[in-house]
Formats: sequence, C-alpha cells, structure tokens
Amino acid sequence: MKILVCISKTPDTTAKIAFKDNNTKFDTSGVQFIINPYDEWYSLVRAIELKEADPSVTIHLIHVGGPDSDPIIRKALALGGDEAFRVNTASEDSYYIASQIAEVARQNNYDLIFTGKETIDYNGSVIGGMLAQLLQLPFVSLTTKFELNGGAAIVTREIEGGEEIDEVTLPAVISSHKGMAEMRIPNIRGIMGARTKPLKVIDPIEVPELTVTESFELPAPKESVKLVPADQPEELVRLLHEEAKVF
Amino acid sequence: MSVLVFLDQAEGQIKKNSFEAACYGAKIAELMNTQAKGVVLGSVNTDLAGLGKYGLGQILSADQPELAQFDSVRYCEAIAELAEKEGAQVIVLSNNFNGKAVAPRLSVRLKAGLVTGAVDLPDLKEGFVVKRGVFSGKAFASVSIKTDIKIITLNTNSYPVTDQGPAAQVEKVTVQSGTPSIKIKEVKKVVGEVPLSEANIVVSGGRGLKGPENWNIVTDLAHALGAATACSRPVSDSDWRPHHEHVGQTGLTIAPNLYIAIGISGAIQHLAGVNRSKTIVVINKDPEAPFFKAADYGIVGDAFEVVPKMTEAILKLKQAG
Ligand SMILES: Cc1cc2nc3c(=O)[nH]c(=O)nc-3n(C[C@H](O)[C@H](O)[C@H](O)COP(=O)(O)OP(=O)(O)OC[C@H]3O[C@@H](n4cnc5c(N)ncnc54)[C@H](O)[C@@H]3O)c2cc1C
Ligand SMILES: Nc1ncnc2c1ncn2[C@@H]1O[C@H](COP(=O)(O)O)[C@@H](O)[C@H]1O
Repeated sequence: MKILVCISKTPDTTAKIAFKDNNTKFDTSGVQFIINPYDEWYSLVRAIELKEADPSVTIHLIHVGGPDSDPIIRKALALGGDEAFRVNTASEDSYYIASQIAEVARQNNYDLIFTGKETIDYNGSVIGGMLAQLLQLPFVSLTTKFELNGGAAIVTREIEGGEEIDEVTLPAVISSHKGMAEMRIPNIRGIMGARTKPLKVIDPIEVPELTVTESFELPAPKESVKLVPADQPEELVRLLHEEAKVF
Repeated sequence: MSVLVFLDQAEGQIKKNSFEAACYGAKIAELMNTQAKGVVLGSVNTDLAGLGKYGLGQILSADQPELAQFDSVRYCEAIAELAEKEGAQVIVLSNNFNGKAVAPRLSVRLKAGLVTGAVDLPDLKEGFVVKRGVFSGKAFASVSIKTDIKIITLNTNSYPVTDQGPAAQVEKVTVQSGTPSIKIKEVKKVVGEVPLSEANIVVSGGRGLKGPENWNIVTDLAHALGAATACSRPVSDSDWRPHHEHVGQTGLTIAPNLYIAIGISGAIQHLAGVNRSKTIVVINKDPEAPFFKAADYGIVGDAFEVVPKMTEAILKLKQAG
C-alpha cells in the first residue's frame, strides 16, 4: 500500500500576525514556521501507525512550496515518512496547489491520500476536496477515525451534532481531524535517518490561479471588558439580557 | 443568469445556517441585478415556497430518494448540473461540514474560483472581491475571484437573517444522480443536546473546574440558557468531557451569539476557535487571565461561587418573563 501525506507549512500557533508591503503580504519576520498541526499530529501519525502495523506500507510526503520549507519536510521525514516531494513553487490559490499535488499523485498511484482538515493560517479547508475531484476519487472530510478493511476503509467523520460512520473504497482522499491519532515527537534515530531520506524537488506544472489574495487587514481592536463585581452575578445576567440582548 | 444558493438539509430539515446563506445570496443577486434561487436536494418537510421569505425567488427541488443523504460526488454533480442549466454566476453554500466537502469539488468541476469562510458581502466595485477570515480569526483577507462563475461558502453568524420576502416559485427538477462515492453505515447523533456547531449560546469549561465531577455547574448554566456545552483542549484530552466538545485551533471553530468561558485561561489556540463569537463572557479567578482581553463582559471570581448564582438569576428571569 502506498500513502501520500500532504504537508503544509504554517506559522507557529502563537506567532504574532502582522502584514507588510501595504498590507499585501504576511510579515514573516520573527515568525517560527511549523508543520500544520492537522498534517503532523493526525495525518502523518496515522499513516505511520498504518506502516507500523504493516511494514509493506510506503509513505510519501508532498509539499508545494519554496526551499525555505525544507526544514519542516525534514522534520516530517524524521517522524516517519519514507521519501518526500517538494513542488518548487508558491501560491495562495488552492486550485493551483491542488493541481500540483494531483499531478504527483497521478504519476504514483497512491491507495490513500491524506490531507489535514485545514491549514491554520489560511483556513481554507479546500485542498482535500479539490484533490478528490481532480483525481476522481471518493473524499471523506473531517475524519476522526480511520481503519483499513481490505480494499476499503471504515471511517468516522464529523457531522452537525454527531458523527457518521462510512465505508469508502480505496483509493480515496481523506482529510484528517482531531482523533485520528495521538501527537508524537521525532526520536533521535528518526532525526538521523531523515538526513539521508530522499527529498525530491520537482518543477510545477502550468495551471491558472482562480483566485488572487489582494490584501489583509487586522480586526478592529476590541473595546475593553466590562467587569462586574464577583458578588453581583445577577448584575451580569441583567447586562446580558438587557444590554447585550443575547438571551 | 442567477445566484444559486445550496440549502443544506438533514433528516428532512433545512439547516439553520442555510437561511443565512439564502439571505446572503439574495443580497448578492440584488447587487448584481439578478435573481437568487435555492437548490434543495432530497425531500424535506419544510414548506418550500415559504423559503421565499429569505429572498429566494425560486426553489429548485430535486426530490429524488437517492439524494436524501449527503454524498460529496452526487451533490457536486447535482449542483453543477443545475448551475450550468441556470447559467449561475455565483453559487453560495454554508461553510458547514457538508459545504466544506462539496464546495471544493464544485470549484474544480466548474473551474470556478472558490472562497471559503466569507464574512461579508463581496465588493463588486473592482471585480469580485470577497472578505474571509484567516489566521484562525486573527485577521481578514480580501480575495479576488478571477473566473466567470464564483463560489462562496459563508461563515456561520456572518450575515443577518431577514424574513420578509414573498413566497418562492417551486420548480421540481430531476438531476442525474450518479453512483454514490461512499457507503454510509451509521449516523450517530448526540440526542437531546444542542449541537455545538449550530448553537446560539455556548457555555464552556476549562481546567479551572478541577475535574469532571464539577461539570454540573457548567451543564446547569447551559440548561438554563438552552445552550450547548464546550470545553478547552486539556479538558477533553483528560477525558473529563467528550472530544466533540473541544473548541479551538485544533478543535471546532464556533461563532455563537454568546460564549461563556468558565475557568479557561484564554490561550491563543483556544481563542482561535471562539473569537468570532458576538459576545464573550469570561469567569476566571485570575484578573490577569488573557481571556479578559478578548471578553466583552467578565467576573473576576471563583467559578464555583459565581456560576450557580448566575444560573439561579437566569432561571428567575425566565420564570418572571
Ligand atoms: C498547537 C497547539 C494547539 C492547541 N489547540 C488548542 C485548542 O484547539 N483548544 C484549546 O482549548 N487549547 C489548545 N491548545 C492548548 C492551549 O495552549 C492551552 O494550554 C489550553 O487552552 C489551556 O486550557 P485551560 O484554559 O482549560 O487551562 P489553564 O490554562 O490551566 O487555565 C485554567 C484557568 O482556570 C482559572 N481558574 C482556576 N480555578 C478557578 C476557579 N475556581 N474559578 C475560576 N477560574 C479558575 C485559572 O485562573 C486559569 O486561567 C493548543 C496548544 C498548542 C500548542
Ligand atoms: N502548499 C501545500 N503543500 C502540500 N499540502 C498542502 C499545501 N497547502 C495545503 N495542503 C494540504 O491541504 C490541507 C488543507 O489545506 P487548506 O485547504 O489550504 O486549508 C492541509 O492540511 C495540507 O494537508
């Protein structure tokens, strides 16, 4: 079985969000970049678990981005990927990125493609569904549990107010949500081994961008909190009812 | 020419966030001098003509049994077929679970640029520019869609629902439904509780509550308000509460009208999941807790004393009212 895990790069969750060049670009100065948590904690670790259960599984990683992404790809290899592809280009358009990933997927016939639920910077939640359509594969979004069952998989996905258990035949695209696996940290052997694992840099294919990000803005600063003394909870309830009118 | 709004349903009921999408789509249609039409797949118990009150002139109803349950391939094909037939310029969906699963497919299928998580009407002055939340609610981006057909998914609680329009004309349509891409084996709904993603009011507890045995103060307040319950990540990681209640960067993102945070410090990853709530109330014994910076109202005090008194005051108010 061959698994492709899509890896994206995001600012550390505590990074200060600021913009530059007339609010057209994210200001990366002083920002630490990490593997998108959904990709690392859930997709990649679940793929590694499948490999641990069946050593014939191979795990390929793919990232669409520039050379500055190599450290996070190496970290993903240290956790347990077998080899990685980096499509050497950058874009904020999901269709462009999904098309690059789909091209690599077409050449390698994967049984399973994992994406994260969303990137925590642009929060698009789009790449997985696009990949599925580009490759004409089934897609399970927001998967919280994933088990193989012969040529199919039994998956649990989140729905409004509950969950749904689905059977999906492979190959398929799965977007991972919390619950798929437990977070791990790479061990020394993994880190040493990652240095010699192949990281292939490939050129992008030509596809149009369907959207263009024009500018960014920060929300208006919040007015300061209205504090109510601890011995007057009734007053807080009154304010919520009469002033904020929220119930 | 038209604006097509996908009205998502489950078990024969149109979902609440679809009404927001309908009003949003109707306003876009007005800005573009065209008509908004709703698409309903599968049969519903709702009075379809009545959906006109949300500004939809026409409802296209594909009342086929095989469309009763959501399937991203089938739904994508059905919406695409209707969009092509209607010459739709804009397609609006809710940014809910099903919207997130079908919109990306539709974007590829129709070669139509997609913006997910819109928070405002598109700006049509120069092209078609949609504002969306990015960096987990910490900023906004303005994204220009370059294609002829535009697809937007609307964030929940981002557009007001008005219900004044005349009845809609209902047209029965039949779409090619294809083969299902997945087999649904079981649907498990949390019964008797308000689903978190659709709740207007959410009461949430953190590590400050010390243990699961103390959760009654949270659930009592939630019951008094008819609210859903949520929690911080360490709480669900410790199995004090079920995992589906976890909100934040790695959990659910919610935007209720009222979010009450009890004994939660307000770490940036927690705020990422709740900072779009209209009103935020924080109960924390530490005046330095970062959550107070994001709050509208707050009490610095011991949750075990404050919260039961709030519940009591609410019940009294409700009885009187
Ligand atoms: C990559 C990453 C992703 C993460 N994702 C999430 C996420 O999605 N969601 C999430 O919630 N966290 C997330 N976290 C964890 C987050 O950083 C915090 O650790 C977590 O939110 C803290 O939970 P808490 O506020 O319940 O607990 P604490 O931080 O321990 O806060 C407890 C609070 O309770 C108060 N308190 C104590 N006793 C009382 C009392 N008697 N009455 C009133 N107040 C009291 C204390 O003053 C304190 O402020 C993530 C972390 C990382 C690194
Ligand atoms: N540049 C990228 N390279 C590889 N995978 C990506 C990239 N961007 C997004 N993904 C994958 O798609 C998922 C969803 O991203 P998004 O649709 O942008 O929210 C991420 O969790 C990744 O698994």
